[in-house]
Amino acid sequence: MRLSTADPTLSFAQKLRQINWSFVLVVCLVACVGLAMLYSAGNGHVNPWASRQAMRFGAALALMICVALVDIRIWLRYAYWFYFIALGLVAAVDVIGVVGMGAQRWLHLGFFQIQPSEVMKVSLILALARYFHGAMLEDVARPSYLVVPVLMVLLPVALVLKQPDLGTAMMLSLMAAAMFFLAGVRLWMFGVVLVVAAGALPIAWKFLKGYQRNRIFTFLDPESDPLGAGYHILQSKIALGSGGLFGKGFLLGTQSHLNFLPEKQTDFIFTMLAEELGIVGGLGLIALYGILVALGFALSLRVRNQFGRLIGMGVTTTFFLYVFINIAMVMGLIPVVGVPLPLISYGGTALITIMAGFGLLLSASIHRNVRIGRYGHSDDI
Amino acid sequence: MYRDNARIKSFGRRTALIAGGQLLLFGVLGARLYQLQVLESSRYKLLADENRIHLRLLPPPRGRILDRNGEMLAVNRDNFRLLLVPEEARDVEGILDALSHYVELPEPQRRRVLREVRRNRAFVPITLRENLSWEEVARVEVNAPDLPGVSIDVGQTREYPEGGTAGHLLGYVAAVSESDQDDEDPLLALPGFRIGKSGVEKIQDLAMRGKAGNSQLEVNAVGRVMRELARQEGVPGQDVALTLDLPLQRLAMKKLAEKESAAAVIMDVRSGDVLVMASSPAYDPNAFARGLTSDEWGSLSTDEKTPLINKAIAGVYAPGSTFKLAVAIAAIEAGIEPDHRVSCHGWTDLGNARFHCWQKRGHGSLDMVGGIENSCDVYFYDLARRIGVDKIAEAANKLGLGKRVGLEVPGEKPGLMPTRAWKRATLGQPWTPGENLVAGIGQGYVLTTPLQLAVMTARVANGAKAVTPRLFRDMLRGDASAPKPAIEFPDLDISPKALEVVQKGMWAVSNSPRGTARSSRIAKQPFEMAGKTGTSQVRRITKYERETRVRKNEELPWKERDNALFVGYVPAKQPRYAISVVVEHGGGGAAVAGPIARDLLLETMLRDPSGRDRGPTVASTDGPLPTKAKDGDGGPT
Repeated sequence: MRLSTADPTLSFAQKLRQINWSFVLVVCLVACVGLAMLYSAGNGHVNPWASRQAMRFGAALALMICVALVDIRIWLRYAYWFYFIALGLVAAVDVIGVVGMGAQRWLHLGFFQIQPSEVMKVSLILALARYFHGAMLEDVARPSYLVVPVLMVLLPVALVLKQPDLGTAMMLSLMAAAMFFLAGVRLWMFGVVLVVAAGALPIAWKFLKGYQRNRIFTFLDPESDPLGAGYHILQSKIALGSGGLFGKGFLLGTQSHLNFLPEKQTDFIFTMLAEELGIVGGLGLIALYGILVALGFALSLRVRNQFGRLIGMGVTTTFFLYVFINIAMVMGLIPVVGVPLPLISYGGTALITIMAGFGLLLSASIHRNVRIGRYGHSDDI
Repeated sequence: MYRDNARIKSFGRRTALIAGGQLLLFGVLGARLYQLQVLESSRYKLLADENRIHLRLLPPPRGRILDRNGEMLAVNRDNFRLLLVPEEARDVEGILDALSHYVELPEPQRRRVLREVRRNRAFVPITLRENLSWEEVARVEVNAPDLPGVSIDVGQTREYPEGGTAGHLLGYVAAVSESDQDDEDPLLALPGFRIGKSGVEKIQDLAMRGKAGNSQLEVNAVGRVMRELARQEGVPGQDVALTLDLPLQRLAMKKLAEKESAAAVIMDVRSGDVLVMASSPAYDPNAFARGLTSDEWGSLSTDEKTPLINKAIAGVYAPGSTFKLAVAIAAIEAGIEPDHRVSCHGWTDLGNARFHCWQKRGHGSLDMVGGIENSCDVYFYDLARRIGVDKIAEAANKLGLGKRVGLEVPGEKPGLMPTRAWKRATLGQPWTPGENLVAGIGQGYVLTTPLQLAVMTARVANGAKAVTPRLFRDMLRGDASAPKPAIEFPDLDISPKALEVVQKGMWAVSNSPRGTARSSRIAKQPFEMAGKTGTSQVRRITKYERETRVRKNEELPWKERDNALFVGYVPAKQPRYAISVVVEHGGGGAAVAGPIARDLLLETMLRDPSGRDRGPTVASTDGPLPTKAKDGDGGPT
């Protein structure tokens, strides 16, 4: 790869200074809220969750900085590689994956286990950004041009659905849709896809597992089965509602501490926060997320190459989807799909996905002035 | 470059659209949060509290039952119960097997438990055993880790320290049954809660039950109690003090237990306080509180000596010669003078029928006092023939016979006081003159309870005041001796002349040389007793038998023997206490019932607080009793 003469290579110190530190600060702020909630979930102890999550966050923060400092063109060059590796891992889950939580998601790689569907989220952003990097508006207007990226999306979505992981499949699809949209794909094409998808719904219904169907049923009327499938969502709504304006006080949430609230340290941690800190705390956290998303948009728009813009927007949108799906789920707006609250929920995989994505966003931001040719060469415009 | 600019423009536009969409979705989240946490908050707060707060009822301690001096008749005792929560036990059969190494679990019990496990929801505790001993409690506690779902709980059970001594009167408590469900006290829904089922326990149940307290417990999602949030103590049940005198009651039960089946009542003639109400044989109310086995129930309910019946109020007997008190009063009230004389030569004839005196030889010429003293049947045949049954019934009713006297506990029988109208109405036949005679000696249709006889005697003794018996001294807490205010009973409108004759006659029965109960007299001056014997026949003596030889009681089967009765009061001069004793199929009243009455009344006087300063408490009777009574009251044909 030849570098653009207009954009001399930045030194390490320059890159460090170019990192958008206010973005990093807000990320850390949200993570601290998360650690505080995990401290509460542990009944006022750093064990078993807060301390481990703090170490994970430290590692993820380091990973984010490292990813940010790598030249954006390197990511461009290896974008497809990452995609194929991720696709291979997702496929491998079907073969050698272990069954956990009623779904095959985890892959044991000797000393550690990874969740290939998470790796796929970042890799798909990279691959789509790479593909659309050189796409002019006339290109994307041609349906034939879109066959490859559609396949790039459908393959992992199909594999993930088979696991089955409804939440990730939904996120991958929505994220990809956003990137198609930003790349300039015509609106009528989305209309066609929606119609086709609606037509395919009855067929998809047949492939849904019993528990997934139940989740949709109980989503429609959670109170119909308060001791069975609707229990989670009903208890979550009770916890939220009983929190009121200012909440029951930090460490004092009755629903969460008496274990009426399920999975309070992971998927339902927002409920616990809003129970203990009230609507004030809940809206406060949503505002912090809003700031992060807005910063993500601002940083993306300043990037002067399509690859970086797409990366930034893809990452920001993915992050938004995590936040929205999780919060909407615990509030009973959408079915329970098992998506964690980013930067807050206990767990490493989603954290690493998000932080690696933020690293890419920051990398795009640092290298915003790098001009990259249509086919990946800086001088080929 | 142009193409790139167009692309950048499009990108910017579409980014703005996406940003707007995301802003909108954030708005949706905020609105939903507002809906849940502000608009519907109160509803969810309620649900959250329902989730975490369980109300547990705290049963109040049941009020105790005391005697007149504060001695305990019914108390509460700690009851260690073995509970099983099927949900926690999972393998119920296995746990029961394991438990059987430590405590006894009979097979029927086991089947009941398994039945309840199937019927109830899995988190409802089931009582496996009650009344565990200390050793059993210890064995279960030590092995608790191997017995998931098994716990021990301390409740209270009712205990009657005196057993059957006042069992009929106290009644018993037992588990709540379907028919009690109209009582809406939440306590009744508590598993194992006991309510009064008969006697004092039933009639004072509400007062002794108290009010339930409650404890607000915070529980977690699996129902484990985390802490107590608030506690409201209930109101303990009120103690109930009876008028009964426990040592006297004990003595009465001991005396009666020497007979097959008997009853006795002692009453204060002025206040109506019931000092003794004994019925023998008795049952042990503890067995009822514990729960009877069907075998125990079977043997109690089929016993011909009717241990389940309180014979003092529910046993009805022909009063026999004790009824002559009422007949004498009726005669004087009807205008017959006390010096009216009748000559007895052993029988009297009415039409074709011959009515015998118990004394075959006859008593010779007697006035009314003499008639009572000798219990001369012929004399009373004469009175009854002259005044008729309706006059007799009028006097008897005044004295408390023929209807319930109104004791506070349930189960009282009204007895029967026949009249001409009654016979026409119920049997559709006219009253015959001969029936006047039979009624005149307390036989035939006349039926009374021992309590009624005691009331009659008390009314004769207290100068014809309409005293009614009472059982409850006071509802009280702590102070056992606080008496109820004295009650003025109305006059019965019986002439002093009539009372004087009857009282004289009763004194003579117990004290004169010819008195039928002289053998049971109390010689000690201030305690002198006045009484009247009675022997009522329960079988018909055939003409053939009377012509050959009337069989002695000892030759008859128990069920056909005469009932022995005695009524009396002490002291003869200033009456304080009245007694009635009935010994079922016991034989002669003088020989069998009289000595019991004498012993009990003497003890009553010795225990009487006002009697203590009258002298030494040496009981003295007039020497050894004749082994066989010379004079049993014979019955008429």
